[in-house]
Amino acid sequence: MHGDLDQPLIAARAVVKRFGDFVAVDGIDVEVRRGESFGFLGPNGAGKSSTMRMIGCVSPVSEGELRIFGLDPATHGKQIRARMGVVPQLDQLDEQLTVRDNLVMYGRYFDLPRAECKRRADELLEFVQLADRADSRVEPLSGGMKRRVTIARALINDPELLLLDEPTTGLDPQARHVLWDRLYRLKQQGATLVLTTHYMDEAEQLCDRLVVMDRGRIVAEGSPLELIRTHSPREVLELRYPAGTNEERAIEVSGIGHRQEVLPDRVLIYADDGEAALNEVHHRGSHPESALVRRSSLEDVFLRLTGRSLVD
Amino acid sequence: MSTPAAVRVWESHFTLYRTIWRSNVLGSFVQPFLYLLGMGLGVGALVDRGDSAPALLDGLTYFQFLAPGLIATTGMMISAQESLWPVMGGFKWQRTFHAQAASPLSPGEITAGLVLWQSTRAAIASTGVAAVLALFASTRSWGLVLTVPFAALTGLAFAAPLTAWAATRERELSFPSILRFGITPLFLFGGAFYPVSQLPDWLEPIAKVTPLWHGVELCRDAVHGRLALADAIGHCAVLAGFVVVGWVLARIAFARRLAA
Repeated sequence: MHGDLDQPLIAARAVVKRFGDFVAVDGIDVEVRRGESFGFLGPNGAGKSSTMRMIGCVSPVSEGELRIFGLDPATHGKQIRARMGVVPQLDQLDEQLTVRDNLVMYGRYFDLPRAECKRRADELLEFVQLADRADSRVEPLSGGMKRRVTIARALINDPELLLLDEPTTGLDPQARHVLWDRLYRLKQQGATLVLTTHYMDEAEQLCDRLVVMDRGRIVAEGSPLELIRTHSPREVLELRYPAGTNEERAIEVSGIGHRQEVLPDRVLIYADDGEAALNEVHHRGSHPESALVRRSSLEDVFLRLTGRSLVD
Repeated sequence: MSTPAAVRVWESHFTLYRTIWRSNVLGSFVQPFLYLLGMGLGVGALVDRGDSAPALLDGLTYFQFLAPGLIATTGMMISAQESLWPVMGGFKWQRTFHAQAASPLSPGEITAGLVLWQSTRAAIASTGVAAVLALFASTRSWGLVLTVPFAALTGLAFAAPLTAWAATRERELSFPSILRFGITPLFLFGGAFYPVSQLPDWLEPIAKVTPLWHGVELCRDAVHGRLALADAIGHCAVLAGFVVVGWVLARIAFARRLAA
């Protein structure tokens, strides 16, 4: 084990990433501790991937101080990367090679002996439930399976820290659940996970703690539950009116609950008691086409903090 | 036991090549073989009948003159192909270079491994051509053994700068033009098919600064046992110059692109 156990695995202070005049990451402070599962939540273009590439020691920090395992990426990139696993946003597998060869080849980049690579590859393929596909080529595999191969590959060096950039984007619901299950298993085994996502449910499922990013800045931080408690009342009443009439119909129900959001397709009413709010709506003689009471989610937190939806 | 990083990167290229070598290896020397038969025997029959042939070709038959040069041109052709689309693919399609950059490998090691691989490809293909020449009594010589490293070096003199250039491209639209207006003219005017002294006076010095001419001279002189040490050093130095400059530029281009 390297370094001090209490030392944060990632410590970022006022970190900035610029591309020319464009500021992708605008002074963020983040601390991730060992064994934690940490998320960057935000819409496309929020600066999540740029942040991940800085943490991954492939993209240099423009300003501020970043330490990973207590080391500076600018001077110890190699050593840091040796202790890290990276699941990139786009799969980078060699489709012509077999699943096992992809893992072995990657293990060689870490200077692991070939036999050791093979041993670990078989173990990891067992873990991601692809042992039976070890000898088939990657190309014909489904998107979800390729993603699992990528995760197995990222684990080949037995990393202390696993970075996942939008691990389930583009996967169907079933494949996402299989993947979450595996990541949850890793988390239970004590792995430190850092992931980006623009899916609320993913963040709620996997993250102990997360930051909400918007336009390169961190706008909120906490556990999913804390964030929901702090930034959104307990329940949400969703009302649907005939298309194009939301703006005018919202007036009918104004003042109900703590606050309201008028979206293109629905009106959201934030309240401690959604059923009571719905009764009040009916009481006022307003008749939405449909009404639904649900628990507040990170989606609502994001809407509250930025005034925008996460997924357009 | 640790293995040098460039060798481990080379291994990954080799692993990939193993899956395609059957369809690939034949193709890489069918073309030179056809030139050898078509030009060497066909055109050769015409040339060797001419009065000036013995003087111009240094006493060689046309077949003897042409054949060794094809080892060098093969090195060039293979390397050029290996350093255009595969480099673009490593950044944009398979994204292999990005995967490598996320591991402890540095851009310098990634480039070194790639360049090492490109020269291996050139060596494999030119070995094939050299093996064919060994079948003909008029070109069979121990010098053929030397032509393989010479052809690999020639190939590398193209691969390194082309890799650097390809790494700066966002799209591959210009790649066919590189082959059409860069590599094919060199193939025709680089001294493989006739002595560059036959070129117009203004073109001759240009031909002599291109890597191919040096490679052709090296291979031809080696096969016919007339390679002077000073010449060999001179030719190799020019080729090495192209390799070093190209490699340095490639490292810079890779570092920039991978860090973006």
